[in-house]
Amino acid sequence: MSSKIKRNVLKSMIIGVLAYMGALGVPQPAQAEYADVVINNYADAAGMRPAVFPHWFHRIRFRCKVCHADLGFAFKAGGNKITMAKIIDGKFCGACHNGEISWSVENCAMCHSGNPGTPTHFHGSTVQRLIAPAYKPLKATDTKK
Amino acid sequence: MNHKTKAISFSCAVMMAAFLWNAQSHAAEAGENAAPLMLAEVSGPNTFNLNLKKPKARNLPPAEDGIHDPENEATHSLQHPLEAYKGLPTSEFGNYVDWVKALDEGKLRPRWDRADPNDEPFVMDLDIVRPVKASVPDVVFPHRQHTEWLYCSNCHPAIFKPQRLANQISMSAILLGQKCGVCHGKVSFPIETKTCRKCHSKPKPADWQPPLSEATLKNPWK
Ligand code: HEC
Ligand code: HEC
Ligand code: HEC
Ligand code: HEC
Ligand code: HEC
Ligand code: HEC
Repeated sequence: MSSKIKRNVLKSMIIGVLAYMGALGVPQPAQAEYADVVINNYADAAGMRPAVFPHWFHRIRFRCKVCHADLGFAFKAGGNKITMAKIIDGKFCGACHNGEISWSVENCAMCHSGNPGTPTHFHGSTVQRLIAPAYKPLKATDTKK
Repeated sequence: MNHKTKAISFSCAVMMAAFLWNAQSHAAEAGENAAPLMLAEVSGPNTFNLNLKKPKARNLPPAEDGIHDPENEATHSLQHPLEAYKGLPTSEFGNYVDWVKALDEGKLRPRWDRADPNDEPFVMDLDIVRPVKASVPDVVFPHRQHTEWLYCSNCHPAIFKPQRLANQISMSAILLGQKCGVCHGKVSFPIETKTCRKCHSKPKPADWQPPLSEATLKNPWK
């Protein structure tokens, strides 16, 4: 092997190691389950990890009607202003996470399992996958001069 | 592929590229008689897929999915979706589970009441056909599959007036998260090429032609 090639190999390896370290630092796009909800209106500010609500897990056990008609969860991520005070009063998650229908509220880390700093959002929604904001149709008046 | 293997394969590629580039610049130094090597310039603004979103890896365990914190010990006690989906009919989108079929085949029996496992849903079998002006097949809204999961008050009257064709619905509204888009694109199946025909399911008559736009009818350069 000529010294030139050796030098090349060495140089490329150094660049490779740097690239490896660089790639590890690049934030990876989230690949979570469709319809996972991160709820973080208040959690971060109180020093808790955001709560993660998995729809797939719950819809295996309950129809939508139970939560969205009977328990009054509005169809809006973060829109229910859930707090621990409401949960221990048996509202929202607390209607089931009460030690009777499901495990109880002292299992903080089961719900508060999100990456710190993740904003409230609905994972994998079609809107998030759009490249540009959704198409808005012309008004009838726009086509006439 | 997890984050680390991705980083490794990426850095290997960079390493090889660096080697080739070095070797090539030395070859160029080697003398004027060597034929100049031409490399196409493939850089930032001209990457091949600028806007294409890569399909996501399917059904990752919580600790690897990017929204759960792997440093949180309880994250590792959460269920792996694939374990739960074993034996359920599959689909090509969303959770990659066909939730409607799973109920129809009796593979799942989610509760209709929070506490009573024997309460039964109030299922109504009524299809609403919505003719569509565009060339895509007309929309059939099936009450049956919806009332298996939802109660009337989930849709009526807040999202839809309960009267055929009384609601103005368009694809743009749906993509903006209104009308059918309140659920579809979020929890129920998403809006993408593979799902268009689930809603647009009633074929147009064979002699159907798309209406011509006014600008074409009045085109002075015709
Ligand atoms: C069943 C799931 C669940 C469990 C268990 C749970 N939480 Fe929460 N918690 C939530 C949700 C949902 C929110 C709303 C998050 C937000 O909007 O930021 C929340 C909000 C909070 C907040 C901020 C809002 C407030 O009420 O002040 C704190 C602090 C908090 N939780 C602490 C705890 C602690 C401590 C425990 C364990 C004793 C716990 N949580 C257990 C679901 C849960
Ligand atoms: C165990 C309770 C539960 C069940 C069952 C459930 N959901 Fe939800 N749903 C939630 C919670 C919690 C949220 C988030 C609310 C918040 O952040 O305040 C939510 C949010 C939503 C949203 C809001 C999306 C947005 O635009 O932000 C939609 C739509 C939705 N659910 C549809 C459904 C459908 C359809 C089903 C049945 C297949 C279903 N849900 C079953 C608890 C449930
Ligand atoms: C209608 C009842 C109900 C409501 C409301 C509900 N849950 Fe649950 N949840 C359950 C049941 C049942 C389980 C399964 C318990 C078990 O495995 O023993 C569960 C399990 C979970 C799990 C663990 C999933 C896993 O992988 O093991 C999480 C996390 C969770 N719930 C979060 C929430 C949060 C956050 C809320 C409120 C936003 C909520 N749940 C509201 C019934 C409910
Ligand atoms: C997922 C949402 C959804 C649910 C749940 C739902 N509907 Fe509807 N319903 C619709 C839509 C969409 C239409 C059509 C409206 C239109 O064409 O403008 C409709 C139309 C109707 C109509 C008018 C039919 C006609 O021929 O004019 C009635 C009556 C009705 N629904 C009753 C019910 C009842 C009763 C339930 C509960 C058992 C129910 N719906 C549940 C979405 C829903
Ligand atoms: C309140 C929530 C909600 C709204 C609003 C809604 N859907 Fe659905 N839809 C569901 C759920 C839940 C399912 C069950 C399958 C799933 O979750 O993917 C479903 C299933 C369907 C199916 C059946 C797919 C099959 O495999 O048989 C069709 C078709 C459909 N929806 C069309 C529509 C149309 C068209 C509209 C608007 C007029 C609409 N939906 C509005 C929640 C909703
Ligand atoms: C959740 C059900 C649903 C899905 C999925 C869906 N559509 Fe639609 N689409 C509708 C409804 C409802 C209308 C309005 C029909 C009417 O005018 O009453 C519509 C209307 C349209 C129109 C007519 C123009 C307009 O905005 O009204 C076009 C074109 C169209 N859809 C294309 C598509 C394409 C392409 C896809 C796949 C990416 C798709 N649709 C997926 C429900 C759906």
